Amino acid sequence: MTSAATTAGAKSSGLSNKQRNLLSKVMTTGVAFLILLLFLAPLGYMFTTAIKSDTQMSDPDAPPFWPHSKVTFTYEGQELEILQVPTPNGGTQELAALQKTRTQTTFIDPENPEAGQFVWEGNWRTLEPVYERDAQWQNFQQAWNDLNFPLLFRNTLVIAIFGTFGAVASSVFVAYGFARFDFKGKNALFTILIATIVLPIQATLVPTFILFSTIGWTNTFLPLIVPHYFANAYNVFLLRQYFLQIPRDLDEAAAIDGANPLRIFWSVILPQSVPALTAVILFHFFFAWNDFFAPLIYLVSKPELWPLSVGLQKFNALYGRQPNLIQAGALITLALPVVIFFLAQRVFMRGIVFSGVEK
Amino acid sequence: MAVKDQTPAAAAVKPAVAKPGRRAQTKQQEQTRWGLLFISPWLIGFLVFQLLPIVATLAFSFTNYNPVQPENVQFIGAQNYVTMLTDSKVWKSLQVTITYALIAIPASFIFGLLLASLVNSVFLVGTSGFRTLFYSTSMIPVVAAGVIWAGVANTQTGWINLFLSALGVQNPPDWLNSTFWIYPLLVMIGFWGLGNLMLTLLAGMQGVPTEMYEAAMIDGAGGMRRFRSITIPLITPVIFYNLTLMIIGAFKYFDLAYVLKNGTGGPEDATLFYALNFYKNSFEYNLMGYGSALAWVLFLITLALTAILFWSQSRWVYYAGDKRR
Repeated sequence: MTSAATTAGAKSSGLSNKQRNLLSKVMTTGVAFLILLLFLAPLGYMFTTAIKSDTQMSDPDAPPFWPHSKVTFTYEGQELEILQVPTPNGGTQELAALQKTRTQTTFIDPENPEAGQFVWEGNWRTLEPVYERDAQWQNFQQAWNDLNFPLLFRNTLVIAIFGTFGAVASSVFVAYGFARFDFKGKNALFTILIATIVLPIQATLVPTFILFSTIGWTNTFLPLIVPHYFANAYNVFLLRQYFLQIPRDLDEAAAIDGANPLRIFWSVILPQSVPALTAVILFHFFFAWNDFFAPLIYLVSKPELWPLSVGLQKFNALYGRQPNLIQAGALITLALPVVIFFLAQRVFMRGIVFSGVEK
Repeated sequence: MAVKDQTPAAAAVKPAVAKPGRRAQTKQQEQTRWGLLFISPWLIGFLVFQLLPIVATLAFSFTNYNPVQPENVQFIGAQNYVTMLTDSKVWKSLQVTITYALIAIPASFIFGLLLASLVNSVFLVGTSGFRTLFYSTSMIPVVAAGVIWAGVANTQTGWINLFLSALGVQNPPDWLNSTFWIYPLLVMIGFWGLGNLMLTLLAGMQGVPTEMYEAAMIDGAGGMRRFRSITIPLITPVIFYNLTLMIIGAFKYFDLAYVLKNGTGGPEDATLFYALNFYKNSFEYNLMGYGSALAWVLFLITLALTAILFWSQSRWVYYAGDKRR
C-alpha cells in the first residue's frame, strides 16, 4: 500500500533525489529477493520432502508443503484415525474412528472417551482426516544407511583428494614453465593447451578405456586419479596468469643468490601464490565431487567403489517410490561442497573471474 | 631423459661460437631445458591421454571393435560412417542436441545478464550476499541437482505444478514425460549452474569505464540504451568466451539427461543427446568401433564450431586494446 502510494506521489508531485534513490533501492532489492526466492525454492522442496513420512508421500490428500502426519488416538490398545465429523449445527468435530464401514462409522471423542460411542451415517472416506506438523528426522539416518553413505563418502574423498593433489602439483609446475621460461614453440604449445578446453572427453574415451581395461585399471580408482597428474588447461591458465603478476625482480634476486629455478619456484613463487593455489585446489576438489561421467564409465559394475554421484543416481533409479529418502540423500550429497563454498567463497569467486575474464 | 641429453650437445657446440653469443646461447638453452622440464607433465599427458587417443579413435572408427570379443576385430573401412548416415538415432540425437542448444543458450544468456545486472546494480542492498547465494547453486553436484528437480517437477507432489495450480493453471504439464516440456525443465535446471556466467559477465560489466556511461548520459541516452550500446559491446569478449563453452557444452551434455531419465533417452528419445547416444553405443551395446566413429564426428563438429566462432569473432567481439580495428 505505502509503496503504491509513494509511486503515485512520485508521478504527481515529484520526489526528491533522496526519495527516488530509496524507491529504486526498495524496488531493485525486492525484485532480486523475489528471483532468489524462486531460484532457491527447489531447495525448500528438497528439505521439506526429506523430512516427510512415507505415508504422506503416497497420500494425495495430505497437505502438500509441510511435513505432516495423520493425528491418531490410542484407545484400548487400538490406534484410531481422527476425522473431521460434521455436527448437526453445521460445524465439525474431531473424532476418532472406532469402526469404519461404507454406510456408517462409529466414533468416540478423544477428549472425552467415557462419553461413549457416536454413530455417524455416511461414508467415512468422505471425511477429512486431521493432520499435525510432524518432521521425520530419522529419514536422514535411514538414507544414510540405505545409500551406504560412509562408503560413498570414503570413495569420493579418495578420488577427490588424490586427484586434487595430482592436478594441483602438476599444474603449478606446468604453469611455472609457461610463465617464467622462454623457449621455442612456447606460444604454440600454450595455444594447444588452451585449445584442449574444447576437446570433448568422448573423442579420446574409447581408446583410453581400452588402454585402462588392458592394464586392469577398470573397476579401480586409478582411471579417475592418474590422468589428473598431467595438468589441465583451466588450472594452468589460472596459475600462469597469477605467476605472471609476481614481479620478476624477486626471481632475479634469488637467482643472483645462486638459487636454481626449482628453488626459486619453491621458495619465491609458491609462497606468494596461496590464493591462486587455494582456488585451484577448490576447483579440482569440487570437480571430483561432482564428476559423474568418468566414474559411471569406469566403476559402474563395482558398487563398492561408487562415489556419491553414481551412488545417488543409482539409488534414485532404484528407489523412485521413496522420494523422501532420495531428497534426504541429495541433501547429504550437496552439504559438504556447499558448506566449503560458503566458507571459501571469496577466494573461490575471485578465481572464477580470474580464469574467465582475462582470456 | 630427452631434456637432459641436450647438455652434452650444448657442450659440443660451445667452442665454435664467439664468446658473447655463446653465453646468450647457453642461457637460451638453459631456459629451454628448464621450461620443457617444467611443462613436461602436461606434454606427456597431452600425448598419452589426448593426442594418441584421438588418433586411435580414428583408427578404431574403421573397425567393428567390440570389447566382449576383442579377438574378432576387423577392419571394415568407412562402414561405421555409412551406418551413421542412415542411423535414425544419430539424426535424432543431433536434433535433440541442437534443439536444446537453441533454447538453452539464449535463455541462459538472458538470465545470466539479468543476474549480473542485478548484482551489479548500485541500488541493490546486500550485494555480496545476493552474489554468493545466486552462485551457491553452482556448487550443487549435478546428480543432486537432477534428483531435486526431478522431484520439483513431479506432477503429484512437485512444487512447480502445485504453484501453477495455485495460479489457476488447469492442466499443468508433465515435465518429465513430455517430449516438449522436458526441454524447458532442462533449461531451468541449467540455470542453477550459471554462477560462472554471472560472475564473468559481472566482472566484464565492472570493467566498463564509468566515463563512457557519463558521456552517454550527457548525450541523453537512457538506461536501456546505455546497456545495449555500451555495456553489451564492451562485454562481448566475456560473451564470446561463455558462448564457446556453452555451444561445445551442448555436444558434451550428458549428466542431467542421464540422471533425469536414468539414461533411457526418453520420453521418446527427447533426451537422447549426442553424448548419451555415444555412451549407449560404446558402453551399453559395446559397439566401440561404431562409438569411435560417433566420437570422431563429435570431434569434427567441435572443431568446426570452434573455428566458426573464432572466425566470427572479428565481426562482433570488441577488444579494447586491439589496434587492428
